[in-house]
Amino acid sequence: MSPQLASTPLHSWHQSHGARMAEFAGYEMPIQYEGIVAEHVATRTAAGLFDISHMGRLRFDGPRADQLLDHLLTRRVMDMQVGQVRYSLMCNEEGGILDDVLVSCLESPSGKVYFLLVVNAGNHAKIVQWIKPHLADFPDVEFFDATESTAMIAVQGPQAIEICKPLLPSNAISLGYYKAKVTDQMSKPCIVSRTGYTGEDGLELIVRKEDAPRVWENILMAGRNLGIKPAGLGARDTLRLEAGMPLYGHELDESINPLQAGLGFACNLSDRDFVGSKSIADIKANSPVATRVGLKLAGKRAARQGASVLDHDSRVIGAVTSGSFSPTLDCPIAMAYIHPDMAQSGAELQVDIRGSIVPATIVPLPFYKRTNTK
Amino acid sequence: MTIKPEQLRFCESHEWAYVQGDVATVGISAFAVAELTDLVFMAMPKVGQKVVAGQEFGEVESVKAVSPMYSPVTGEVVEVNDPLANQLETLNSDPYDAGWIMKVKMSDPSELEKLLTWEAYQKQCGQS
Repeated sequence: MSPQLASTPLHSWHQSHGARMAEFAGYEMPIQYEGIVAEHVATRTAAGLFDISHMGRLRFDGPRADQLLDHLLTRRVMDMQVGQVRYSLMCNEEGGILDDVLVSCLESPSGKVYFLLVVNAGNHAKIVQWIKPHLADFPDVEFFDATESTAMIAVQGPQAIEICKPLLPSNAISLGYYKAKVTDQMSKPCIVSRTGYTGEDGLELIVRKEDAPRVWENILMAGRNLGIKPAGLGARDTLRLEAGMPLYGHELDESINPLQAGLGFACNLSDRDFVGSKSIADIKANSPVATRVGLKLAGKRAARQGASVLDHDSRVIGAVTSGSFSPTLDCPIAMAYIHPDMAQSGAELQVDIRGSIVPATIVPLPFYKRTNTK
Repeated sequence: MTIKPEQLRFCESHEWAYVQGDVATVGISAFAVAELTDLVFMAMPKVGQKVVAGQEFGEVESVKAVSPMYSPVTGEVVEVNDPLANQLETLNSDPYDAGWIMKVKMSDPSELEKLLTWEAYQKQCGQS
């Protein structure tokens, strides 16, 4: 066991502002500052500021970078235009999910087009290892792991864009959803992306690590009258759960294929060949073995990962992958994989919470959808 | 009744006991409540339930996680603060009085000697 934890460039800020820190994917990360519910509500009603520097940031340069990534990602990359961002999966040959990622096509200030892959912190080392032999087939593609030299900050919530207005050039503020741009903030280099993991509108910024504390403070200052709060990984988890977004290690792992996970939209199977594409096409032709659903539970107790889902005859038909009390819905919610025959919206099921049998209803995902879409 | 924390005895696991005769009133400490934050549920003990010092008698759940509660004393539950389950915010404002959880008729009051004084407990929390 290695107790040596990595830290982000904002680590000392978190510590000096009362954050409760804990290990996550090898990093010492802020779990909460004021409290999960307060940070969750701030993000839904105003804005939350998240340090997500633990996420892996991998850069691919060279004229065939798109071909390499097109081979590695379930989502088509060859037709990506500068400024586009896509959600994709990376799968093994069997179609098991290795990671879920965002891929961006960007243009550097000198006019060079390159690709950026943002991977989960917990899968970072695995993905880098997995990419290496494929890189050998593309000797002209230059790979650079930018994780340590940069920081990543998410501003999320209905006021996120307003708050960033004084800090970013107008062409970054006016970015469309799932668009990204290499730009600057206060004349320092910055990648801005209109993406997030909370179900709210907002931006994700990648800056040099030495600039991170100032950018963080500037955003907090700009948002102080608009209700911004620093928010930890605790609120990030409840927010993404309400938004029905999968989390690797919970809804996704190597034993789950994209179709079970309800992520068929992220697999472009026609006219292309990528790692796992044959297996996924086979699975598509047959029926899936389990399906991801959303559950609303009675009472106040949350079903956590691993809790059994039961039918009315108390037969086990699946298991919970994520669960929490939902601050927005004021009831416990969960995502689970269950037998596809049982996966109809409205179906009345039960969940075993450490021996207590609690009624649960299948509801459509996401649990929460924002109304202020732009 | 106004209970001062100095009058209580504490478990390392953050429960407290207030003793009057052979009955111990049991709750969880302000430190525990602050650590848990955002409480949403408490599985209360039941009158008549036998509890054992150091063993789980119920659980408290926050948005983040579920935590067991361990009894500071051995005996039988004679009274439960049932309204607390629907007013968990009481634990934030008044954990040592209105926030009591159960009263236990003790079968072995000598166990109290193993519990921490307020001073020793504070020291533990400062270190943890």
